[in-house]
Order: sequence, then C-alpha cells, then structure tokens
Amino acid sequence: MKQLFKVLSLSVLLVTAQSAQAALNVFACEPEWGALAQELGGDKVNVFTATNAMQDVHHIEAKPSLVAQLRKADLLVCTGSELEIGWLPVLLRQAGNTNVLAGKAGNFEAAHYVRMLEIPSRLDRADGDVHPGGNPHIQTDPRNIAKVGDALSERLAEIDAPNATFYQARHKDFAQRWQEATKRWEAQAAPLKGMAIVVQHKGFPYLEDWLGLREVATLEPKPGVEPTSSHLSEVLTQLQHQPAKMVIRAAYNSERPSQWLSERAKIPSVALPYTVGGSDRAKDLFSLFNDTVQRLLDAAK
Amino acid sequence: MFNQKILVRAIALTFLLPAAAKANDSNELEALRAEIQQMKQSYESRIQTLESRLQTTETVAGEADKKAEEASIQASTRPTSSNALNPDISLILSGTYANRSQDSNYHITGFQAGGEIGPGTKGFNLGESELGLYASIDPNFYGGLNLALAPDNSIGVEEAFVQTTSLPYGVTLKAGRFFSSIGYLNDQHAHTWDFVDNPLAYQAFLGNQFGDDGIQLKWLAPTDLFLEFGAEYGRGRIADTEGRDKNGGGAGSIFAHVGGDLGVSNSWRAGLSYLEVSPKDRKSNDIDASSIDVSNSFTGNSKVWLADFVWKWAPNGNATNTSFKLQGEYLHRKENGDLTNAAGINNYTASQDGWYLQGVYKFMPYWRAGLRYDQLNSGSVNYVDNAANLVNSNYDPKRISAMLDFSPSEFSRIRLQVSSDKSRQEATDNQVFIQYQMSLGAHGAHKY
Repeated sequence: MKQLFKVLSLSVLLVTAQSAQAALNVFACEPEWGALAQELGGDKVNVFTATNAMQDVHHIEAKPSLVAQLRKADLLVCTGSELEIGWLPVLLRQAGNTNVLAGKAGNFEAAHYVRMLEIPSRLDRADGDVHPGGNPHIQTDPRNIAKVGDALSERLAEIDAPNATFYQARHKDFAQRWQEATKRWEAQAAPLKGMAIVVQHKGFPYLEDWLGLREVATLEPKPGVEPTSSHLSEVLTQLQHQPAKMVIRAAYNSERPSQWLSERAKIPSVALPYTVGGSDRAKDLFSLFNDTVQRLLDAAK
Repeated sequence: MFNQKILVRAIALTFLLPAAAKANDSNELEALRAEIQQMKQSYESRIQTLESRLQTTETVAGEADKKAEEASIQASTRPTSSNALNPDISLILSGTYANRSQDSNYHITGFQAGGEIGPGTKGFNLGESELGLYASIDPNFYGGLNLALAPDNSIGVEEAFVQTTSLPYGVTLKAGRFFSSIGYLNDQHAHTWDFVDNPLAYQAFLGNQFGDDGIQLKWLAPTDLFLEFGAEYGRGRIADTEGRDKNGGGAGSIFAHVGGDLGVSNSWRAGLSYLEVSPKDRKSNDIDASSIDVSNSFTGNSKVWLADFVWKWAPNGNATNTSFKLQGEYLHRKENGDLTNAAGINNYTASQDGWYLQGVYKFMPYWRAGLRYDQLNSGSVNYVDNAANLVNSNYDPKRISAMLDFSPSEFSRIRLQVSSDKSRQEATDNQVFIQYQMSLGAHGAHKY
C-alpha cells in the first residue's frame, strides 16, 4: 500500500509539472455546442463532443472515455434544463474536475440564455419525460444559437482572459454572418409559415416558434415514450379532419413510426438533421440550418 | 421624421402663400408673414416635442422588452420554493416473488461464505427497496445516505458518506460508509443489477457485496484513456461482521480501472483489485460429515483478488433499440485463521476461486434478455483438526440463470428470472423470480 501511494504521488507531481496547456479544452455535451465553441474559439480551443447526432441525448452511458475527457476540460458546454440529467451528474462526480462543477465559470448551460418554451405547469412523471425548466431542445432555432453564442463568447473570454480580444473578434464576425444567414433562412422559409406538421418527439417547439409552424399531433403518446400502434391510429384518424403537411423526426429517432404514418396519411416523412452531423450536409451550424430549411421546403412542395 | 417636418411646412405654405399674394396692403402682408413665421415656429417646436416624446417611448419600450426577457429567463431558472435546497430524494420500490424447488436453508458447499446471501425466502417479499438522499453539502463536499428497507421491517444503512468535490488534480476523497469500488459490480446498487441476485463468487467471497466504514482515495489520471487508481482503508465490516474494534482498521484495498471506446459503437472498462480484510466471527452455514446443518464462525485473515471487465455495444452509441452488454469477473480468495463450531476452535486455511460471465441483449425498445453462468472452484481447503467433522468434498458449485426484463420507462422495470442453482452439492434448486423495480423522485444517473 505504501508503495502504491508513492507511485500515486509521484504521478501527480509529474502531471502537474506538464500541465502547461496550449489550447482551452472544451467538453461539449451536444454537437451543436461543440460546433459553436469551435466557431467562436478557432484554434484557441480544443473541442471534444461527447455525443453524436445519432444518439438520444436523454439516454447516454456515463462511459469511461467521457469521464477521462471531462477530467481535463476547462469548459463544459451543455444544454442544461435537465437534458443531460441521466448521465452528466455521474461524469462530474467521477471526473474530479473542480473547474467544471455547477456554479463555476467552467460550467456553461446554454438553456440559461434563451427564452424557454413549454415550461410544464405541473410536474408529474405520469406525463412522461418532463423537464421542469422547459423543453431543452433549444438548438432548432438559430436565434437561440445567436443568444448562446453571445454568452459563450463572453464565457470564453472570461476563462481564457489573455485571448479575450481574439474571442471578441471571432464572435463579432460570427454574429454578423449568423445574422445574415438567419435572415436568408427566414426569407427562404417564409412559405412554410402556418404549415401544419406532425412531430415524432416533442423536440421542435423552437423550430415551430421560429418558422411559424403549427404542430397538430405528436407520435409519442407522451414525451420520451415510444409510439404505440393505438396512439398512431388515433393520430391517423385525427389527421383526417385536421390534415398536416408532413411528419417530422430527428435523425436519431427510429424511422418506423414516421414511416407508418407517412404511408397511411399520404404525407411526406422528413428526417431533420437536428444537430451538426445529423445528415451528410449538416457539417457545421450554417449547413445544419441550410439543410433543415431545404428539407422542409422540399417536403412542402 | 425629417420628411414629416418638410411635409408640414409644405402644407402650410401651400395654403398660406396664395392668400398672401392676394393681400395688397403691405402691412397686412407683413402681419401675415409674421403669422406664418409664428405658425412655422409653433409647428416646429410641436414636432420636435413629438419627436423627442416618441424617442423616449421607443427607448422605454425597448427597455421593457429587455426587462421582460430577462425576467422570463430569470423566472425559468429561479427555484420555486424554499425547499429547493433539500437533498435529492430517490426512493426505489422493489418487490420479488420467488418460487423455489428447495428449502431456504441456503449454504454454498465447501465455502465459508457468511453474510446475507442466497436466493432469499420463498413467496412474496419486499426485496431491495431503498431510500436515498443525496446533495452537495457546500462547494467542497457532496454527501449521501442510502437506506435499505428489508422485508423483516428492519432498516439498514447501506451507504452514508461524504465526498470531496474541490480537491485538485482529479483526486477525490470519500469517508463514511460506502460500497467499496473493488471489482465492477461491487459498488452498484441492487436496483441497477441486471439479474435479481449477485453472482455466486460475490456471495461466497464478499458476503454478497462489500460495504465498509472507512475512507477512500481515488485519483483519475489526466489521460485520454480512462485510468483510475484508488485505495481504501476501513473497519472491515465484511459479510455482516462488526469489523475490528481497534485503533487503525481491519480492511484495506487497492484497485485500478482502465477504460475507453472502440469506435463510436463500443465502450469498455477493465479492472484489477485487491482486498485484504480480517473478519472477526464471520458466521457461515455448512453441513458436516454426517449431513447435519452446522454454523461455522471464521476469525482470521482473508485476501481477495478481483479481475473484472465489461464491454458495451450499441449501434452508433444509441441504445434505444438495440444494445449488448458483456461482463465477467474473476475472484480469488485465500484465507487463514480459526474456524469455530460445535467441535471447537481449529485452524483453517483455504485457497479458492470463482467467476461469472453474463450477457444482456436489448432486442427491441424496452425489452432485454440476459444469460449468466456462475461457477466456484473448490480449490484447496485444509480443515486441519476439524477434518473429521467437515469434509472437503471437492465440489464445484455452479448456477445458470436466464432473465427477461421489460422497462416501459427509465423509472420502471419488471423482470422474470429462472435459475438452476447448484450451490449445494446435495440438491439443485430450480428458481423462478418475478421482480419489479421502480424508481421515484430524483432522476437517478447511473454509473457505467
């Protein structure tokens, strides 16, 4: 045992000696925040993204690789609003990294900086997967990305003060390009305003709010509960007197429920990339929204 | 705004100039001019007032918008009541129905096990219901209490620990009562197990699960590969013993875990642990040479090696529809001490091992099926002067279990398990378990 302690303390010393790091280590819970951190941080940041677009971020394993990455993170960028509650608390406790604990500058929750939608008026698990802070899928509205970008660039400048002007300059550039792009998407998507849609998971309130889409039905009987055949039949009946233009799902959702409805209701089924990496074309934040708007327009034709 | 001003002036001139032309009297003209001048000034000043008022209104409106937005952001993050600082409360309700072909007088042939082991009583029972309270204490500490509610109306303290959160360099210090981090399954709570019961090797060598009163030091290396080292020092409360009432401790352990990913679909963890403990008066059921039930009591020294691995697969790391988990552990125990029974106190030495391998496959959303094989190797046992009374039968206990579970949400699970348990040489126990496990309250986050 004594020898082990000697080895341990020696390793600690060695590690501290070489801890002069070049870039700021950013641990992003979701691909959209990883991409945003990369846009704002450029070569001054080293971004690790914990999940990919094909995964359901509500359900992620607290894998050893994630613990190891969180251990060396200077900044944790997550959605918050309890989206990551099933795995992030374990990672934080196991990683023993004081920089990124809740309340520290290294802990950034995007949901703090946007107006939350669908804040439940009652909290009961009988209602399915409820998020007391509101629907956490905020990334589907580019105006939210802009707000989070403002706050994130300030946070980068706070944590990495020597590079503050660098982050400010990059942010100014990004914010401008983003604003222009948002205007372009809004102009392109203007014909979609007021369009009735069906969603598979309640994951699009911010997209609907942005583009003025009207959600008439949800394939999941309750948030986070897989669609059942009886509920799907109900939706199908409902669509007969309240038609919808298309059924929308995220890239990670199983395609079967949407496909089922699409065939019977004779409406297109659209898989939106949902986040960076969710489709071949959604390579960064800009192409994510290019592709999202394009897919909606194609289906609405 | 500027256009408006010009417009007003133009209108005024259009109406007034023709009138001026008609006036012959120069005095009248003069008076008219003055009047126009006056009107012009009055209009201009009014327009200016209007302009400034509009500007003020715009600013105020903008501020109000901003305030409203800030308020809505604040409202969504502000705790709703004074009890918002209460600890997270998580209640696990669990119950089991057991149907077994043998009686409940459980022992593992040839193994001095001890502790609360075996498949439990027949019929309905409360199983492993648990109440947990967890919270950050202050910026430096995190703490938790986990009470186990036993079917006989007793409450046991499974865990009651405090843990540092602010030590630098990836170091965590834990104190109190906690499950030891040796092996893979040992520090996992019963409601996260994939089978109703723990592997035979855990039952035989660790009294089902080793939780101790003591301290634990953990260090996570700052590497891309998950590399964790730890050491524990405690009282030695193994297998329902009291631990040592002495200065210092009765148990020490060291462990190392390593883990990582293989592509996006595979993750793994492996570990090696060593536990040295000095149980005092560890009681175990056994049968003697003439097949009579006896109770032995062991006091001495026990050294346990554990090797563990787990591998998890899910396509693209998305376990919603399909996933697979393979895990296995090997345990080896060497003991040296005194065994007390009706025949008196006699020296006892043993070197024994055991292992299990289990696979759990999620074949569709909510549904999983699993298979587990358990085996213990009798190894070498020396009862010395007790040899006439207790006979080493060289019997290797085995068990095979299959389970099917249904989890309609992450908070509920219903499980069916069938086992063929050959822990006892003289009888095979065929077991059927039906179990529910429900989780209420705070959203639990599970370990890997």
